[in-house]
Amino acid sequence: METIKLTIDNKIVEVQKGTTINKAAKQLGIDIPVLCYMELHDLNIENKPAGCRICVVEVQGRRNLAPSCATKCEEGMVVKTHTTRVLNARRTVMEFILSDHPKDCLICPKSGTCELQAMAHRLGIREIPGQEIAAMSTYRKDTSPSIIRDLDKCILCRRCEMMCNDVQTVGALSAVNRGFMATVAPAFEQNLEYSTCTYCGQCVAVCPTGALTEVDHTPDVLRALVDPTKTVIVQTAPAVRAALGEEFGMVPGTLVTGKMVSALRTLGFDYVFDTDFAADLTIMEEGTELLDRLNRHLNGDKTARLPILTSCCPGWVNFFEHYFPDLKDVPSTAKSPQQMFGAIAKTYFADKIKVDRKNLVVVSIMPCLAKKYECQREEFSTDNNRDVDFSISTRELASFIKHANIDLNTLEDEEFDTPMGESTGAGVIFGTTGGVIEAAVRTAYELQTGKKLERVDFTELRGLEGVREATIDFNGLPVRIGIAHGLGNARKLLDDVRSGKSQFHAIEVMACPGGCIGGGGQPLHHGNSDIIKARVAAIYAEDKKKPLRKSHENPFIIKLYEEFLGKPNSEIAHHLLHTHYFDKKKKVIVKQ
Amino acid sequence: MSTIKIELRQEDVAKIKEICASFNNEPQELINVLHTCQQHFGYLPAEVQEVVSDELVVPVAKIYGVVTFYSFFTMTPKGKHPVSICMGTACYVRGAEKVLDEFKKELGLQVGETTKDGKFSLSSLRCVGACGLAPVVLVGDKTYGRVAPDDVKNILKEYEK
Amino acid sequence: MQLLVCGGTGCNDLQSEAILDNLRLELEANALENDIQVIKTGCFGLCKLGPIVKVMPDEIIYTKVNPDDAREIVTEHIMKGRKVERLLFTDPITKKTISKAGEMNVYKKQLRIVLRNCGVIDPENIEEAIAHDAYKALGKVLTEMSPEGAIKIIKDSGLRGRGGGGFSTGLKWEIAFKNKSDEKYVVCNADEGDPGAFMDRSVLEGDPHSVLEAMAICGYCIEAGKGLIYIRAEYPLAVARLKTAIKQAREYGLLGNNIMGTGFNFDIEIRYGAGAFVCGEETALIHSMEGLRGEPTVKPPFPAESGYRGKPTNVNNVETFACISPIILKGAEWFSSIGTQKSKGTKVFALAGKINNVGLIEVPMGTTLREVIFEIGGGIQYGKKFKAAQTGGPSGGCLTEKHLDLPLDFDNLIAAGSMMGSGGLIVMDEDDCMVSVAKYFLDFTVEESCGKCAPCRIGNKRLHELLEHITKGKGTMADLDRLRNMSLVIKDTSLCGLGQSSPNPVLSTLDNFHDEYVAHVTTKKCPAGKCRDLMEYFIISANCVGCTACARVCPVNAITGERKEPHLINPSICIKCGACMEKCKFDAIIIQ
Repeated sequence: METIKLTIDNKIVEVQKGTTINKAAKQLGIDIPVLCYMELHDLNIENKPAGCRICVVEVQGRRNLAPSCATKCEEGMVVKTHTTRVLNARRTVMEFILSDHPKDCLICPKSGTCELQAMAHRLGIREIPGQEIAAMSTYRKDTSPSIIRDLDKCILCRRCEMMCNDVQTVGALSAVNRGFMATVAPAFEQNLEYSTCTYCGQCVAVCPTGALTEVDHTPDVLRALVDPTKTVIVQTAPAVRAALGEEFGMVPGTLVTGKMVSALRTLGFDYVFDTDFAADLTIMEEGTELLDRLNRHLNGDKTARLPILTSCCPGWVNFFEHYFPDLKDVPSTAKSPQQMFGAIAKTYFADKIKVDRKNLVVVSIMPCLAKKYECQREEFSTDNNRDVDFSISTRELASFIKHANIDLNTLEDEEFDTPMGESTGAGVIFGTTGGVIEAAVRTAYELQTGKKLERVDFTELRGLEGVREATIDFNGLPVRIGIAHGLGNARKLLDDVRSGKSQFHAIEVMACPGGCIGGGGQPLHHGNSDIIKARVAAIYAEDKKKPLRKSHENPFIIKLYEEFLGKPNSEIAHHLLHTHYFDKKKKVIVKQ
Repeated sequence: MSTIKIELRQEDVAKIKEICASFNNEPQELINVLHTCQQHFGYLPAEVQEVVSDELVVPVAKIYGVVTFYSFFTMTPKGKHPVSICMGTACYVRGAEKVLDEFKKELGLQVGETTKDGKFSLSSLRCVGACGLAPVVLVGDKTYGRVAPDDVKNILKEYEK
Repeated sequence: MQLLVCGGTGCNDLQSEAILDNLRLELEANALENDIQVIKTGCFGLCKLGPIVKVMPDEIIYTKVNPDDAREIVTEHIMKGRKVERLLFTDPITKKTISKAGEMNVYKKQLRIVLRNCGVIDPENIEEAIAHDAYKALGKVLTEMSPEGAIKIIKDSGLRGRGGGGFSTGLKWEIAFKNKSDEKYVVCNADEGDPGAFMDRSVLEGDPHSVLEAMAICGYCIEAGKGLIYIRAEYPLAVARLKTAIKQAREYGLLGNNIMGTGFNFDIEIRYGAGAFVCGEETALIHSMEGLRGEPTVKPPFPAESGYRGKPTNVNNVETFACISPIILKGAEWFSSIGTQKSKGTKVFALAGKINNVGLIEVPMGTTLREVIFEIGGGIQYGKKFKAAQTGGPSGGCLTEKHLDLPLDFDNLIAAGSMMGSGGLIVMDEDDCMVSVAKYFLDFTVEESCGKCAPCRIGNKRLHELLEHITKGKGTMADLDRLRNMSLVIKDTSLCGLGQSSPNPVLSTLDNFHDEYVAHVTTKKCPAGKCRDLMEYFIISANCVGCTACARVCPVNAITGERKEPHLINPSICIKCGACMEKCKFDAIIIQ
């Protein structure tokens, strides 16, 4: 690779051709502030509109200051990163940005994690000259089932637009209007609810300010907890335990399973359960469906459609309902673990503890914002009572714990309650890309071949490549598996399925880059993909620690089938644990 | 705001499809497609954009982003007699602002609005290049040059029938 | 004998079409239709005197012609050889009538290279264009020159881009030539957006083949097979003539495959702008042609490396292209002998504002502002005092009395705090308030900013607000410092040329008319009497006869006084509508 030598702040640095000034400066330990720029290196995601102009530097021979995030190094370039001219420019531009930003940090959901706030602090801004005569660009606030848009706080970094279009190919958001009123919005500046939004929450995950935030359900949860007539139970998704610690200053990748259970109990939940249990249940149902379709297909049954697609990710379900409604009979009909949990809790478990489902409140802790929407879907309610009443994100839980003055760091580890707190390693790895299909393979292999699986770790299914494929030998039967994370990658596989080119037997799709560990409800990564990698490692470490690592070996799952469900895909299982999909593509209504 | 109900007549849908097809349903031709659609419908209502989105396979949010970027495109129907006042520099220094104020007063409209009876709409333009005639007013295709505020009433009278 | 009737937009709007018809009818009535040709030409540049009819070969110019005048022109001039005196031009200064074009001051100092055929040929007839040497240069290049050879001529001629920055055209072509690709594009920027500039429109309306030919030459030089003209949709006449010209050129084998039998293929398509000033910036223009929002991107990469559809693309504006053929035919030396040391050739200026000869002129680079305004332009209208001339439109600055002897060229204008821009030249007189003028231009920029980068999106808005504040009499001296700092930072940090130049009107008026700003913020007076909030209507009691006319017309009853006694205006009620002053027959009401 060709290299280039240049001078930054009087120091010579040698970099690869194509390196930006900002990255070259980093090599020298010079930190040039950036605001709109964001990169998730290992996921090949980069946002570089060069719009905020905070990262400008002086380049000798150029008339104007250059944005260091988007200016490539050239041989012999002489750069100054913190001259008085630069400092004055940065401060003035920052004053511009702040002059068009609300000052309600006190009650802003992003306060403390807001990148704009941090930048204002870093640049030492204490007042905004001329604020008294400065008009602000204001917009209508929009609350959807999952996401709140408060565009008064938008600084037009365009990260959300990039995620929604380039990474997710959802296309719900676009830059709209021009000049001072330019912002990012759905078509016709309608509410998100009427757009093709999948609620994947990746826009929220990258928003530097409080412009895009999750709908906060912790007040509802708190009210349920204080209500003496309610029994409140909680389920926690696998990816939550691998990230929650970050909110309490722990190193990314720290597992806090036991502390989290302890915190939830302290918060007053009557039962602390695990979504991993429901993940094991999902494998039983989805795995059985896979084998059924596969065997029928092998026996020449033309009605058996392959590949089968996983269906545990609600963002992904929304995506194919909007964009591939013609393929809605292809995905597995199995509900997601969150909803399986809710369905079992409000029937089997409610019976067991003799509580009417109306008085049983099911709360889920999820790394995800689409889960909020999912639990509100009509088909997941019985007599207007939801199977899962409230879904709160990892971030909301962290703030709830802080609110309750609980120091997560000093808590003793505690165990989940039984019966719905017991899980295997297969349930745990649901939290990362490739995990669902690996869990399915562990069970399907044994069910199909009747042999004991010696090697449980399928490393060929792991990794962060956007689209991966592997063939697993089912004792002579090659099972071809495709994996995609990020909806743009999923679209590629789906296009092949639609055109009949797909050669896979099963495909796992996760809407978020990295899978649930990179979900829209997780602690903010602020553009550091090392955090995502550390969470993945934590998930696999938890799996490794588990004595049981195959879903069908979970004793409480076995018991559930014995006592209640019969066998996988039984009539009652079908009724409680399976669902159907809708065509959500907008139709042109023709006036007669 | 409620969801957009897409309701178009069969022939409108057919026309939009025909326009898109005449540009090979090429996403890069979006602006040409929108120009042609606006020529046909007089404006670009949400429904039209939805159909164009389907045909060109461009997210409708992106199309709306384009429509709201360019001042030539409009989502509100213009009046039968669209009144445009040139606000180019030459017209400005020769008193276009006063002429505009007079039109606002006479029509009871702000820039970008249409009278209730749909007769007149008011807009300001950036330089039409007829600087020799400044200040310039356009009503439909007709140009009025060297317009003084006192002329406004008479100009409008021509269209009162 | 020929009768040339101006068909430019200005004259067209004043019924030149009807003049054309009437002339033809009159000729037919007198059985002269076979002897006398009636030709609709492009703009003569005498827009304020339009509609224009020119009789050739006598070179007699008739001004402000009515359709009804056709009979007299035919019966008197054509048939009897007598000039129609009442339609001749009267010099506003000498009061003498002038009949020949060449004797008019407005033409005396002009040198028409770009406008060589405007007002001379019928733009809708390719044969006339060919008779005036159109496509001769293309033939020469295709048969006698290599791309390198032709590029060398353009380089040696010293031609610089007429659209704004003034970059060497030959160098630009050379870079595009050197970037090898299977696909390249030639783009003509005809998105003329400067308010008050209309030379591109006039060239396209009056001599479209000059642009088509030059684009083909450029295509040969940079090895591109396709040309695109990006033109404002607001120019219907120019679009129509371009379409006709392209069609005719194809029919004559001058566009399309195997041009002139040389094996060179080149064709041209039209793309429409949709009303966005920023699309004059070449990267924004390219995005617009790709069906996107016209937002600029960071350069490099320049379009010559990665432009339309990611391919090497050369963008020049109309006026630049119109210079190409004469350079090829007459040589680099001829062209470089015209103009100044670093600015070669001629420049077209659109004269507008408070000047007698509003219209389009073309002069050698280096002509002084005094010559342009007072000789060619005929001086200030109504004998008022010259105050300033704004060049470069909203991106430029104003020139003042001290600049009157400044030779106009690229570098002198930049040194004077303005720029050439596209060549709009707006003249202002003593009645114009320079703070208001700066505010007017900022109003334009605020409206036209694309909104992508923070300094342009927010900064310009803040500049405009502060100017508004000052014109309302609420500014302070400290605000003037803030105005300057904001302006400098916006220039220094904005993403594209629009923001990098938008504060120029503020900076140059701040420099050249500092006292005027100071008057606004200290004594709260507007010396030009333009700023309504700083005016006070006042009755001179010595002149007032107490006729009560003013009191009766006052819409807010701010005027009191007994009949036949001097009246008084109550300033706290007065809304400064000026009705009283208009009504007063005794010059008793003044503005202070």
